[in-house]
Amino acid sequence: MRLAGHRMWIFMVAIGLSPAALWAGDSVSMSTSTGAAPGINGADTVWVLLSAALVMLMTPGLAFFYGGLVRRKNVLSILMQCFMMLSVISLQWVFCGYSLSFGPDLVGIIGSLDWVGLKNVGMEASSYAPTVPHTAFVIFQMMFAVITPALIIGAFAERMRFAAFVVFSLLWTTLVYDPVTHWVWGQGGFLGSGGMGAVDFAGGIVVHVNAGMAALAAVIVLGKRKGFPDAISPPHNLPVAVLGAGLLWFGWFGFNAGSALAANNVAVNAFLCTHIAGAAAGLTWSILDWVKFGKPTTLGMITGAVAGLAAVTPGAGYVAPSGAIWIGLLSGIICWLAVTALKAKYQYDDSLDAFGVHGIGGIWGTIAVGIWATRSVNPAGVSGLFYGNPMQLWIQCKAVGITMVYSFVMSLVLFKVIDFVIGLRVKEHEEAIGLDLTQHREAGYTVLD
Amino acid sequence: MKYIIAIIQPDRLDEVLARLLEKEIHLVTVSNVVGRGRQKGIAEVYRSHREAGTLLKKVKLEIAVNDEFVKPAMEAIVEKARTGQTGDGKIFVFDMQECLRIRTGETGSVAIG
Repeated sequence: MRLAGHRMWIFMVAIGLSPAALWAGDSVSMSTSTGAAPGINGADTVWVLLSAALVMLMTPGLAFFYGGLVRRKNVLSILMQCFMMLSVISLQWVFCGYSLSFGPDLVGIIGSLDWVGLKNVGMEASSYAPTVPHTAFVIFQMMFAVITPALIIGAFAERMRFAAFVVFSLLWTTLVYDPVTHWVWGQGGFLGSGGMGAVDFAGGIVVHVNAGMAALAAVIVLGKRKGFPDAISPPHNLPVAVLGAGLLWFGWFGFNAGSALAANNVAVNAFLCTHIAGAAAGLTWSILDWVKFGKPTTLGMITGAVAGLAAVTPGAGYVAPSGAIWIGLLSGIICWLAVTALKAKYQYDDSLDAFGVHGIGGIWGTIAVGIWATRSVNPAGVSGLFYGNPMQLWIQCKAVGITMVYSFVMSLVLFKVIDFVIGLRVKEHEEAIGLDLTQHREAGYTVLD
Repeated sequence: MKYIIAIIQPDRLDEVLARLLEKEIHLVTVSNVVGRGRQKGIAEVYRSHREAGTLLKKVKLEIAVNDEFVKPAMEAIVEKARTGQTGDGKIFVFDMQECLRIRTGETGSVAIG
């Protein structure tokens, strides 16, 4: 019951292009004026655009982080999947993703199609970022939409069919990422300021919890790699993984500090908090490795840093540096336990720990906002448990719970449906040969000159 | 004519090659190999997953010699590759039926040097 390859592509293009038909009334106000619209601040715009570029760099960074951790025969499959997200999701974002996420609210659940094809989106500021051209906000948010499905790759690495990956990622972004983004960040979204009042500064819920739960669903539907856990070769190129982690850390400044959407004090605070949480978590993970296994490992160091960066993401603009250190330190411990004890106990093959690091780190970080948030850092934000508002902790927990359930269930359904229609997993001999050769007809490394 | 295969610790290579040269043994082919012996492996740890003993990195030397050079070659390797620790390696010696120098077409003992 599998569609032939070319029919599947037609199906995908149809999904992608359907909004293009609605693109007729393109209102490109950018052609009417070369100067900035009133109220636009040059410094803020520069910061948001630069931050968008920084966040874009995180996807190749993630590609190298993940790529170094897989076996030699699968390195290209990871890089290719990440780069394909840059293409496919960027276009999806322009076609319909942005409108579904941030467009005028429909009952708190989803954005309307008023901004499909970026119709009615121009150079005037939006209510999302009052000093920045609306289009700059679109670009910034586009990079978030790109990296989020790319994070899930870590769960199904080394065994998923490329076509199934593309279809899943496109559908997942449209049916899971876009609605959840609307719930949390969209004007009128029911989890965020338009309803429950949960806060997520730069994507703890939207990006990390969301992708982490999809990762868990992937692991359950796809099953283990052949040979897991004892006959899987170790990471084929750790230096490359370290390079990737470094690029992620660098890009994360745009991710978090850029989410202030202005060159202001909140951005500065977010920058500092991001850095020290990553630092604290990397150190914590190293010490835990050292104590438990006798040696501090490079892979542990970079994994810890990424866990800390993920955990501080929802709080970077709401917590003080002291809070960020606690969030980082504890994320190091919690994620280390998830990867060491939880995975070992249940023997699920979350190949590159997308759930263990991003999912668990995001869940912890989002809850932690309810503990350490303080209005003294961000007057427009909230205060948490330690600053006299225990209710916020409950609100954060509810928002995390709702997102976990929605993302997990929807991802599970999507994986099952795609598995039924076109098949999710590569054949056993293809898995043995490797995805580079069987999915892409290329090899990452030559043996002879 | 003999064909010698020696498996040694990677960090002993430079000294072994130098000693072979001193004994006028020029012909040698070197490759990186992995393998296992009585030394077993060092268990590596990746994200807290301890690998069962992995194969260890070694260096393989292949040397074709005329009979009178067999003893000097083996002595040179043993002298410089022995540390006294488990994992110093092995030397295997085979009878060699033929040798041909591709450039000139010479065969036999004369082709080795």
